[in-house]
Amino acid sequence: MTDQNKMKNITIENKWQDLTPGGMIFASGNSVEFKTGDWRTITPKMVWDKCKQCLLCAPMCPDSSIPVKDGKRLEFDYDHCKGCGICAKVCPFDAIVFGGEEE
Amino acid sequence: MAIQDRLSGNEAVSIAIKQINPDVMPAFPITPSTEIPQFISQFIANGEMDTVFVPVESEHSAMSACIGSQSAGGRTVTATSSCGLALMFEMLYVAASNRLPITMAVVNRALSGPININNDHSDSMGARDSGWLQIYAENAQEAYDNFFQCMKIGEHPSVQLPVMCCQDGFITSHAVERMELIETEKVKAFMGEYKPEHYLLNPDQTLAVGPYDIPQYYMEHKKAQAVAMENARAAILEVAKEFEAMTGRKYGMIEEYCMEDAELAMIIIGSSAGTAKEACDELRAAGVKAGVIKVRVFRPFPAEEIVAALKGVKAVAIMDKTESFSANGGPMGAEVKAAMFGKLGDVLVTNYIYGIGGRDVKVDDLKSVYDKLAEMVKTGKSPEHYQYLALRD
Repeated sequence: MTDQNKMKNITIENKWQDLTPGGMIFASGNSVEFKTGDWRTITPKMVWDKCKQCLLCAPMCPDSSIPVKDGKRLEFDYDHCKGCGICAKVCPFDAIVFGGEEE
Repeated sequence: MAIQDRLSGNEAVSIAIKQINPDVMPAFPITPSTEIPQFISQFIANGEMDTVFVPVESEHSAMSACIGSQSAGGRTVTATSSCGLALMFEMLYVAASNRLPITMAVVNRALSGPININNDHSDSMGARDSGWLQIYAENAQEAYDNFFQCMKIGEHPSVQLPVMCCQDGFITSHAVERMELIETEKVKAFMGEYKPEHYLLNPDQTLAVGPYDIPQYYMEHKKAQAVAMENARAAILEVAKEFEAMTGRKYGMIEEYCMEDAELAMIIIGSSAGTAKEACDELRAAGVKAGVIKVRVFRPFPAEEIVAALKGVKAVAIMDKTESFSANGGPMGAEVKAAMFGKLGDVLVTNYIYGIGGRDVKVDDLKSVYDKLAEMVKTGKSPEHYQYLALRD
């Protein structure tokens, strides 16, 4: 039997012999481990003074990169935000600045 | 007692599938393989088997459904020919890289165009780099025998790859031959139950299959796939040995016919190997030291076996029942010459394209190839890279 615990912790250090057959993944919800934030070329930034916590931005984010806790949005999850700018577009209070700076 | 019967290649393979009674068969009809899903549908309707038959809307869907079913943990088969196989092309690679031992009956037919429904090997040869094993039959008996072996080889723990079980369209698929069937109890014992280690319908294991593979992993996964194909060599021989113990019929990577002392050899695949054996017999009766190497397994390629069989041969003709448009010969020509490189420097070589689009291959046509080989030995020269057999020119 294959050691499935070993196969849950595959990294780019692993040799071909240690990978799972056909790249099978023995875990769920692990796409969060794939840091897609470095695809971003423009970064949204919060202007917290203007934010009314209306929460229009969070559900519009296509990548769940606006975490919400206890009815309030938190800082962006920059590990996964791809910089699409939708949040800045939907914010009625200009509380999200997008494209004003270079990363 | 083995059962004597007279069957066509398509009937023989359909009976093999009925005896195995796999979990799922998604298929779409295409000449000349249409009869296989047709017969299976009849067997199911008659209550003779309980496979789930999935009538799909295309061969791309057929192979996609096969991938789904085999991933779920079901033993899965399908059948196709020609343009049907071409339409599966994208999914063939997925089946192989996901390491799914699907068994597919391929009834070889020319690819369009020009549109043609007759036999050659352009369909499966076009898919030769898709990661599937390929095993070719000379006649209906072999198509039947190979089908069981193909499935068992693919499912072998060291292999886990899909397999094409090929036979020549019409020549083998529709011609009726006397043959021997195996008792179903023996088939069941030989095949065993399909018990994959990982499968999607296993409630005790979280599993995702076929994920996106980033550059840091793709090469390692391909290497593992290539090693599985290398492992198939041993699995093919192991399964052949087991099959021989059950039936007395012997199979290997290649079949050597009159090769012990042969000076002129022909390397050929499929039904035309039978014609080559007849040509060989007639030449032997006339004192010519002719021999035939029938390639049974094309993937993995039996390079070592062919080189060993060619020891002592003065001239060899490599026969391709397909064009590859490399402007340098056919796929068998390329593979055999690569296998010979640095090992058999003195052997004169020629490569023929023959019998494509269903062109008749007669005993005299193949005897003319041996005449050409004798002439090569006389002059000590190999002809131009490759040539067409029995072409009007």
